[in-house]
Formats: sequence, C-alpha cells, structure tokens
Amino acid sequence: MMKYISYLSIGTFFGIIMTKSQAISWYRIYEMFRFDSFHMYGIIGSAVILGIISVALIKIYKVKTTEGTPITFSPKNLSIPRYLIGGTIFGLGWAMAGACPGPIYTLIGNGYGVILVVLASALLGTLTYGILRNRLPH
Amino acid sequence: MIEYLSQPWPWYVAGPLIPLVMALLLFVGKSFGVSDTLRTTCSIGGAGAFSDFFDFDWKKQIWNLVFVAGAIIGGFIASTWLQQPDPIPLAQDTVAKLQELGIQNPGDNYLPEEIFSWEGLFTLRGFIMMVIGGFLIGFGARYAGGCTSGHAISGLSNLQLPSLIAVIGFFIGGLIMTYFLLPVILSL
Repeated sequence: MMKYISYLSIGTFFGIIMTKSQAISWYRIYEMFRFDSFHMYGIIGSAVILGIISVALIKIYKVKTTEGTPITFSPKNLSIPRYLIGGTIFGLGWAMAGACPGPIYTLIGNGYGVILVVLASALLGTLTYGILRNRLPH
Repeated sequence: MIEYLSQPWPWYVAGPLIPLVMALLLFVGKSFGVSDTLRTTCSIGGAGAFSDFFDFDWKKQIWNLVFVAGAIIGGFIASTWLQQPDPIPLAQDTVAKLQELGIQNPGDNYLPEEIFSWEGLFTLRGFIMMVIGGFLIGFGARYAGGCTSGHAISGLSNLQLPSLIAVIGFFIGGLIMTYFLLPVILSL
C-alpha cells in the first residue's frame, strides 16, 4: 500500500511540474517547434543533462532501490527504422495535439475534459500498432 | 508560499525537477515512461484477443497507472490552488504567427479553446487535431518504444542511441507538422 502511495505522490509531483512549467500547453509545443523561444529547450535540455548525471551517479555508487535491490537499466536494441519511423509518427501527433502522453493526463486533471478524446484516440493508436506490428519494419 | 509557487515556473526550476521524478521512480524500482500506460490499458481492456502484444501480465504495470493517476491529480492541484493569473508569456513571433493563422488570444489558456473544446471537436480541424493527433501519438509512441518521458528523458539519460534516433524522429515529425501541415489544418 505504501508503495502505491509513493507512485501516486511522484505522479502528483510530476503533474504539478508539467502544469507549472507550461509544458502541458499546446502553445509552448508550437513555439518550441518554431524555435521562437528557449523555454522548452531549457526544460528538456536541463532535464537531460541532470538526468545523465543522475544515472551516471546511480551506476557509479551502485545505488539500491528502497527494497534493497540494485537499480538496473535495460539497454534498448538498436534499430534505425523502428525509432526513426515511430518517432516521426509520434512527432506528427505531438505537434498536432500539442501534448505528449504525460501532459495528456495532466491536462485532464486541469479540467480539459475534451482531452479524454485525445487519450481515447491514443489508446486506439496503440491498439492499432499492436495489431499491425508484425507487418511493420522494426 | 502559495503565491510564489503559483507563478509560472521558469525552465531552470522545472527542467531539473524532471530527472528528480525519474530518479524517485528508479529508487522505488520503477522506470519513467508514461506511454507504457496506454499499452497496459489496452491489455486490461482485453486487447490480448487481437494481438499477443497485449498478452502480458498487466498487473505488474498497475504501478504506472497509479503514477498517471497522480499526474491527473497534480494537474487538478495546480489548476485549483496554484493557478497563475497571467497569460503564458509566449514569444512575440509565435503570437503573431498564430494570430495570422486565426487563433484568438494565444496564451490566454493552455490550449486554443476554439479547437480543444467539445464544440471544437465537432469542427473539422478540431476533430483532426484531437482524434488523428491522439491516434498518431499512441501509434508512434508504441512503434518507437516510448514517448518523451521514455526516450527523451529516461533513454537519453542512460545514453541510449536508439532514444536519440527516436528524439530526432520526434523533431522530424514535429517540424513537418508545424511548418507544412498545421497551417493547412488550422485553415479548415
């Protein structure tokens, strides 16, 4: 039970960050893809730099989880078509709906009920991928 | 304090907090990747009948649904108690371009409400941007094996080349949409 409270709390923290940083804003995503403002690049850039440092420190100091097991990272299999084609399709949707999955959830919490339609469509897209995946280049 | 937190958070505050979210999840033995929840939800809904891609032990992924439930609550808390009084300080060029494309009052809300609203859903452009946009997000995220959180944050933090390729793809798609397709869609 305590574990679920921790997931819920971390998620709540994430939702507040996404909202207060305006990363949930369609306008901020549009502005980012037009290279008109540093805002989103600052967010993602500083997140990645500190993320790299965090992961490196976790590996160097062999940090353990709260349950005492080592923190492990699973490397991803290299493929160009999978990530490039999949990524491009995702990018088309990201720039159109102005939200990636995290902000989709957070926008619903912000009271934009209509974003449930975006969520439902994203579920349909995921389902379609699952059905077609054996026929797609990976 | 509340007044202070209610201001828009600058990038140098919000950005560093994101890897903190990732690190906290790692400490509790989980990995940061929001779009996985879409697959899990499909699986719970019985999608295993259509594809073995959804035929897995989804109970092990419940934690992630709890995490995104938190993201919804976080959005509610921020909009209820930490709401900022002022419009989003967008770049002047962005505002001018959006007005040229017919968007009223850019930055007054998080979204252009003439498009992202129940009324907007029944317009051609609103339908395309929400329904097709959402579909591409779900399809592309699973095809690429992750979204912004899984690849741009978790993957790049772990120096994964596949994640860099995926992020380059995110930008190729985003730029094509922003420069070539959105001007057309917004005029519908």
